[in-house]
Amino acid sequence: MANLTHLDQLESEAIYIIREVAAECENPVMLYSIGKDSSVMLHLALKAFYPEKPPFPFLHVNTTWKFREMIDFRDRRARELGIRMIEHINQEGVEAGINPFDHGSAYTDIMKTQSLKQALDAHGFDAAFGGGRRDEEKSRAKERVFSFRNKNHAWDPKNQKPEMWKLYNTRISRGESMRVFPLSNWTEKDIWQYIRREQIDIVPLYFAKERPVIERDGNIIMVDDDRMRIGRDEEIVNKKVRFRTLGCYPLTGGIESDADTLDEIIDETLGAVSSERTSRVIDQESTGSMERRKREGYF
Amino acid sequence: MKDLLKFITCGSVDDGKSTLIGHMLYDAKLIFADQEKALELDSRVGSREGEIDYSLLLDGLMAEREQGITIDVAYRYFNTRQRSFIVADTPGHEEYTRNMAVGASFADLAVILVDATKGVITQTKRHARICALMGIRHIVLAVNKMDLVGYDKERFEEIRKDFIQTSYGFGLESVQAIPVSATVGDNVTGKSENTLWYDGPALLPYLETVETARGEKDEAFVLPVQRVSRPNHTFRGFQGQVEAGSIRVGDSVTALPSRETAKVKSLLIGDREAEAVSRGQAATIQLDREVDVSRGCVLTASDSIEVTDMLTATLLWMDDGPLVEGRNYLVKVGTKTLPGTIMSIKHKIDINSGDEVSAGRAYKNELVACDISLSEDLIFDTFENSEALGGMILMDRVSNATSAAGIINHSLRRATNVIWEETAVTKEHRANMKAQKPLTLWFTGLSGSGKSTLANAVEQRLAAMGRHTMLLDGDNVRHGLNRNLGFREEDRVENIRRIAEVAKLMNEAGLVTLTSFISPYESDRRSARESIGREYLEIYVSTPLEECERRDVKGLYKKARSGDIPNFTGISSPYEAPENPEIEIDTTDMPLDEAVDKVMKQIMIYMD
Repeated sequence: MANLTHLDQLESEAIYIIREVAAECENPVMLYSIGKDSSVMLHLALKAFYPEKPPFPFLHVNTTWKFREMIDFRDRRARELGIRMIEHINQEGVEAGINPFDHGSAYTDIMKTQSLKQALDAHGFDAAFGGGRRDEEKSRAKERVFSFRNKNHAWDPKNQKPEMWKLYNTRISRGESMRVFPLSNWTEKDIWQYIRREQIDIVPLYFAKERPVIERDGNIIMVDDDRMRIGRDEEIVNKKVRFRTLGCYPLTGGIESDADTLDEIIDETLGAVSSERTSRVIDQESTGSMERRKREGYF
Repeated sequence: MKDLLKFITCGSVDDGKSTLIGHMLYDAKLIFADQEKALELDSRVGSREGEIDYSLLLDGLMAEREQGITIDVAYRYFNTRQRSFIVADTPGHEEYTRNMAVGASFADLAVILVDATKGVITQTKRHARICALMGIRHIVLAVNKMDLVGYDKERFEEIRKDFIQTSYGFGLESVQAIPVSATVGDNVTGKSENTLWYDGPALLPYLETVETARGEKDEAFVLPVQRVSRPNHTFRGFQGQVEAGSIRVGDSVTALPSRETAKVKSLLIGDREAEAVSRGQAATIQLDREVDVSRGCVLTASDSIEVTDMLTATLLWMDDGPLVEGRNYLVKVGTKTLPGTIMSIKHKIDINSGDEVSAGRAYKNELVACDISLSEDLIFDTFENSEALGGMILMDRVSNATSAAGIINHSLRRATNVIWEETAVTKEHRANMKAQKPLTLWFTGLSGSGKSTLANAVEQRLAAMGRHTMLLDGDNVRHGLNRNLGFREEDRVENIRRIAEVAKLMNEAGLVTLTSFISPYESDRRSARESIGREYLEIYVSTPLEECERRDVKGLYKKARSGDIPNFTGISSPYEAPENPEIEIDTTDMPLDEAVDKVMKQIMIYMD
């Protein structure tokens, strides 16, 4: 009898979940955010169906403010793997000039939340895989693996379906949909260890390198292109930084680091004093902000 | 290499279970600095006396923080040098029993908290029962608040013995009692000076070393098939997770339900070729010859697995609506989903005492033993033998809710004793002799909607055309076949089930059957449709309630309004309108002839 390590167990669980969705749902899609969790999820999807390709497309909701290296990476991976990658941009938002500098939380809502809903509705996807993990934030800690959304994509935390053993109930009424989180039980550390074990390709932004940055409200923000607005008292300097999470570059805080190998990143993560979501600016607004956002349909 | 322990904590709000786990994470330096900061901040704003409130680490949802209780399962992750842990923190109140069951079904071990000042109480027994029912075999009894009883050894021993007596017969493999104080921190991460008389381990060190792995060395191979992979004509792989045992290339396996055997040609674990796969691994199996296998089939070397259509199960009812005999649900076992009917409720099990109580229905959070009849053969094992093939959920066919979770106790032999007699003269023969196609015209609608009048007139037309027909009418059937049935929900369900069966037999006889019944529940009509098959045509007489009540041919609405008739459809009992009837007709302002013309025109499409 093989004794499975905890990474083996997490891998088996995720593959089981991914296969269940493929077998039971009519029109699933896997959300692909280009980050490390998405890279792990993609890797698991490839394993789950081998030698077949995953029998569903991948969806990237592009806010148009992602790091350039992320978009290059996405296009290269889709090409190499021969998977179908759908990109969705909220054109109304683009035309209205919505941007992270002037519109604050409305920006996140319009370019991410609304844009995601548009894409899911337009393609009629009944199940969308997401890379969310329960260790990221307190309200996620209570979310089921198969999480139901009503017609308006809203989550009702008080009325979740019981989830027993591995017997997932994938039945939904017309107009409703599911978000499925195969990485629910993974921690940030598990993700890194698995990336190392499986030699998974990730965006170079995770590795420390000299990059042009400014300091803003205690966060280190990278100046990725000339749309970045620089304040009068702000100065662009080159610092050796890396990113623990990837999103829109003006909203993603980096950390100063010399870690430019996976082993060094893992060492830093193991000794980390900050849990990763603090480097995303939206979460600091108030206690419970993520739960509120999720009820409104944020992934 | 580190392994993983999944455990659950149970106890009530005041027992301090969130505090215990919070304290353990805090002491063992297993939380991040910013969570620690948030914790101090939250507890200053939110709560009790301005000290660090460790429970805030776990109570995540806003509603819960406001109420100061845990209403849903929260999962926490931590690891030590020895092990990785996932802990499910669950609510203790009886009204959240189902949430606790969710946590218990996920876990290998339970930490059950008991307040040393109160001892083993009803709730402790309930929690132990649910844990055992959901398959947990290892329990830590954390006797908390030892500081409040002066760290008294006698008190601890009394509680320990009391619990062991309580859990007798639960099939537990280990019970470890530990005296703790969650607020002070005694025996949480290290041995306490206050309980020198206690010679066992502290909580965390125990969790780091306890052995809970399931599976015996020589257990038989079991793999429920999740999907069949056919990327091209040379590859046909059966994908699923190995639930028991192991298998090697060259070994033979049996496919259920077909009972065909074949040898393993190749194995994949994920995307990697392998010589063998075993319990817990995600496998893809190729066999050396063509066998009849699809999703829901099982590949196995075990001989304890049953393939039959009747079984007895213990259910934890989770739906807001009651469990009613005769209702049809979708049953999921392993990777197979199929319709099943609750034939009879044997008894309820008092969740606190374990006593068996006779009952006609069951409500949310109650335990009930019942017989279930499946629409076709199901592949299963007892839960005791196999969690993967012995656990089940019941899904509501209309709301799609998960109505119950259950464990299979045993199969019912009746299934194999009654065999459908294949007759020499077939349904087709009988229909051909009558030169017609059998049909069931299922009229549904409110009382007074015009169903019976319409059905009668349609039958006359059909008879005039030389068709052989039979009309089953509500009142007439209730005089004979169904005279032992009343109007309670379970009676209505049974009423419709019998009518559907009779209609089906008449279709077998080659007849065009017309049924005229209110048949108010979507789930019952759906069962009728499934049982009768493609002969079923649903005719929804959609005359609105106001019009039916205005007509009130039999004076029933008046009586219902004055309360003389309980459970009257449309007034005091719901009518669920059909979602996709083949024919819909509203008889308000429509002369009978015109209505019959309209229905006939549509029926004729299906007739030939």
